Amino acid sequence: MVTTTPPATDQNRSRRASSAVRPGDRIFSGLSKGSGITLLVIMAAIAVFLTYRAVLAISDDSANFFTTFEWNPAGDPPVFGIAVLAFGTIVSSVIAMAIAVPVAIGIALFISHYAPRKLAKPLAYVVDLLAAVPSIIYGLWGAIFLVPYLDGLNQWLDQYLGWTYIFDKSADGVARNMFTVGILLAIMILPIITNVTREVFLQAPKMHEEAALALGATRWEVIRMAVLPFGRSGIISASMLGLGRALGETMAVAVVLSPSFALSLHLLDPGGGTFAQNIAAKFNEADAYGRDALIASGLVLFVITLLVNGAARMIIARRKEYSGANA
Amino acid sequence: MSHAVQERPVALSKPRGPLSHARLPRWTPAAVAAGSIAAGIGIGLAAGWHSRTQWGMLAALLFVLVSYALTSKVEGARQAKDRVATSLVWVCFVLAVVPLLSLAWVTISKGIAVLDVYFLTHSMNGVLDAEAGGGVYHALLGTIEQVGIATLIAAPIGLLTAVYLVEYGKGRLAKAVTFFVDVMTGIPSIVAGLFVLSTWTLMLDFGPSGFAGAMALAILMMPVVVRSTEEMLKLVPNELREASLALGIPKWRTILKVVLPTAIGGITTGVMLAVARITGETAPVLLLVFGTKLINPNPFEGAQSSLPLYVYEQYQVGTDQSVARAWAAALVLIAFVMILNMVARGIARWKAPKTGR
Amino acid sequence: MKLSRKNGLRASAIGALVVSGALVLSACGSDNNSEPAKAGGDKTSAAASNIKCDGAKGQLLAAGSSAQKGAMDLWVKNFQAACAGVEINYQGIGSGGGITKFNQGQVALAGSDSALKEEEVAESKKVCAGGTGVNLPMVGGPIAIGYKLEGVDNLILDAPTLAKIFDNKITKWNDEAITKLNPGAKLPDSTIQAFHRSDESGTTQNLGKYFSVAAPADWKYDPKAKSWPAQKGQAASGSSGVASAVKDTEGSIGYFELSFANANKISTVSLNTGASAPVAATSENASKAIAAAKVKGTGNDVALSLDYGTKAEGAYPLILVTYEIACDKGNKAETLPTLKAFLNYTVSDEGQKILSDAGYAPLPAEIAAKVRAIVPTLS
Repeated sequence: MVTTTPPATDQNRSRRASSAVRPGDRIFSGLSKGSGITLLVIMAAIAVFLTYRAVLAISDDSANFFTTFEWNPAGDPPVFGIAVLAFGTIVSSVIAMAIAVPVAIGIALFISHYAPRKLAKPLAYVVDLLAAVPSIIYGLWGAIFLVPYLDGLNQWLDQYLGWTYIFDKSADGVARNMFTVGILLAIMILPIITNVTREVFLQAPKMHEEAALALGATRWEVIRMAVLPFGRSGIISASMLGLGRALGETMAVAVVLSPSFALSLHLLDPGGGTFAQNIAAKFNEADAYGRDALIASGLVLFVITLLVNGAARMIIARRKEYSGANA
Repeated sequence: MSHAVQERPVALSKPRGPLSHARLPRWTPAAVAAGSIAAGIGIGLAAGWHSRTQWGMLAALLFVLVSYALTSKVEGARQAKDRVATSLVWVCFVLAVVPLLSLAWVTISKGIAVLDVYFLTHSMNGVLDAEAGGGVYHALLGTIEQVGIATLIAAPIGLLTAVYLVEYGKGRLAKAVTFFVDVMTGIPSIVAGLFVLSTWTLMLDFGPSGFAGAMALAILMMPVVVRSTEEMLKLVPNELREASLALGIPKWRTILKVVLPTAIGGITTGVMLAVARITGETAPVLLLVFGTKLINPNPFEGAQSSLPLYVYEQYQVGTDQSVARAWAAALVLIAFVMILNMVARGIARWKAPKTGR
Repeated sequence: MKLSRKNGLRASAIGALVVSGALVLSACGSDNNSEPAKAGGDKTSAAASNIKCDGAKGQLLAAGSSAQKGAMDLWVKNFQAACAGVEINYQGIGSGGGITKFNQGQVALAGSDSALKEEEVAESKKVCAGGTGVNLPMVGGPIAIGYKLEGVDNLILDAPTLAKIFDNKITKWNDEAITKLNPGAKLPDSTIQAFHRSDESGTTQNLGKYFSVAAPADWKYDPKAKSWPAQKGQAASGSSGVASAVKDTEGSIGYFELSFANANKISTVSLNTGASAPVAATSENASKAIAAAKVKGTGNDVALSLDYGTKAEGAYPLILVTYEIACDKGNKAETLPTLKAFLNYTVSDEGQKILSDAGYAPLPAEIAAKVRAIVPTLS
């Protein structure tokens, strides 16, 4: 997408030269600058208000907010903590990423380099459309169709990989567990990651690929030498985009998971929870204080996504310089 | 084009051998695929596995292994690696297509059972949970209004911000805006909902309304609009701007009359894609609009419903009739989003900037 | 310039299309669902003759307990059928949410599974000018313990055993405690899959209160907890979620309002309360237990204190009473007539009669009479 360079300094210079400052110009630039500032203000306001509410809640929390395995803000004294939620959010996202990123790269390569031309175009289009399917529908489908289908897989994993501890199914029950949530999240973020990676792969310099081919490289070698290195920053940013979605996904998780406030590494046992799922599940019954407690957990989620996004930015920025030097 | 080249045998790699060495026949991958699927089903049946997922995974594994073994035997190690990569990519493709197709199929087949004109034109007024009947009209109207208002708020702000970033922005402020737009893209939807809740509803004491939901949706929409508009504006060739400025036209008119019209196709697409994205958001709406069974055409006062919320509520109720309604509403929602998407892509193709790839 | 004018035209054309589309849409929608309702709900709509509307009009927003949503839906349907121009919007968002919204003045009527707490009453003075929020019991009902066990039709359990099952102390169906209560039943050697609510709920709270009264030694958790206090077991969202999980899982057990058991055809546990015969979860048996309740509220407040430990013959002690919460004084003028007329109907004989069909229990006559005397005095 980023093909041409943005209007650069020469243009700014021309503006400065002719800056007899027309009122229209001043108004328009003021307006556009104002919108930019509005955006910043909104971000700041989100941070400030969530923090304010969260501080109200946390200051009355009789237990440690970060290490407690319980959620009972209505209790006397109120006790709630985010340990289980943070753990669940991270575990489900990690599972989702572990599945979705390689598969998404595969599909992106399929569309950009392997599929017959006639198939590639409509396929890309379909993937685009799938990225827009609302999450509640993934949730509905997950709860009613995916869960029964994964039961057998769960038993099989338990039987043959039970010794790994994480795949040891210690409690009975249908597959409403973190593993299923991870798979569902993977399916949800797959189109998003595929979309961005495909764009990047398509932009890999044709010359490099052709040069590699001319030297007798196989198709895989071409991809490994010319396409993947070029696309690395794109893959990272696409993954981060997907990760952001997975971390904050609410409805699909809320519908599929059988939550509990017990910390367990047994992925196949029902239980666990995520920030967003917990908010959706507890919100309606919560009293005013309980809502503040939920907002506090929302703030933690906000900070986590902020960190992830910031990290992605920095990785990409560094990569850009690096690959720019190479190109 | 790369296709044709790759099919040819690679002669350089083995200088000592004959110019072209042994190749597997062209139908090999298809045959291996068919064979491994058969084997997967066979073994699955024999071992008594209930889950089809396992059969499929076994078949996929066999496919990759067998093609590797065959190729490395006949064509050599490098070709084998290439073949494995190809098989893996194909497996990825199938792996992803199966659940997504299933999703589409299930939604359509289940949804179509209840969906009719009556369903689209009636509300849920007076319909008991366990009764059939009722409709989605109030939710559809709510969604259209909320998304419309969200667009009215987010599109101008997003557009102007993008204009600022591309045409004016430099220095710290622009950098900060760019950074925070990126961060904002990652805001979980429920956090946006909580923000509006804690300010608009809890602090300012406004009741639930479609407008409150629309504000949360606008927050989610803004960064998407900024990013896509920014990309589109960057595609507008500098020559156009320079030509306009050279004629003595003020910069703001240049932007309004030259830059924006040139990119309008892409911008519209971006906005519509953003609209499609927020249409399906459930979480913020769940916190803010209250939900209702009745038609409420006024988004500024009183409870409203919305399509995703309706789907969630009906699923939660859990009777056969309400789950059927949930599927039908899900189908309406998907159709709505897909139509928006297709129109957006249509506009994009129709008005693609001349500099596009 | 040409380019832009064309675009302007197009933009306005699209705009016009959107506007006209919206107009068309808003013109063809309808709130009238009476046509298909005739097919299924004849008996309820036919009975809608004695409802007094008393100047009820406009919209009344109400929210709260999802446990009484089924009853509310029925009442609202009948009331709206009888009184033209009235819209009552009850959202089953949960008791806590209902009270919060009531105290913020967003709804005129809240439904709750538990009476207002002291601080909530104090807070309600802000919205009830010159009065406070009062609890009016309106719907009672049994909480059924549903189970699915092949070949076992009439399971009998007592409170300590149930508490141990839900606390994961008893994990097998053929545990000694269960076989002792069910001589002759073929109990399998399989794991018990206990389901609880994943969201906060008054149903969970009432179950906890029951356990802490009837089986204090086996249930050490906070009886007021609205979210599931124990660590183990499986969870599902909403009574409907628990019910469908129990329906789909062999060897499962769970709790939900009786209406959900009826709707899904789930077998329910009879409770051994210490009375001569085990008590089944039915509307009548629940009414008997509610009759043992004492009014603990004062003045216009009719908060009840339920006797979960009752051993009376045929009284099903695992019950739930939901309240309607409104201001005794200082209700908003525009909603007051609707509110009074509606509550008048729900507490009337006619309103209470339809409850048992829906799996709820009517209020005992004495309590109903008390509420009936209070409703007209609301102002």
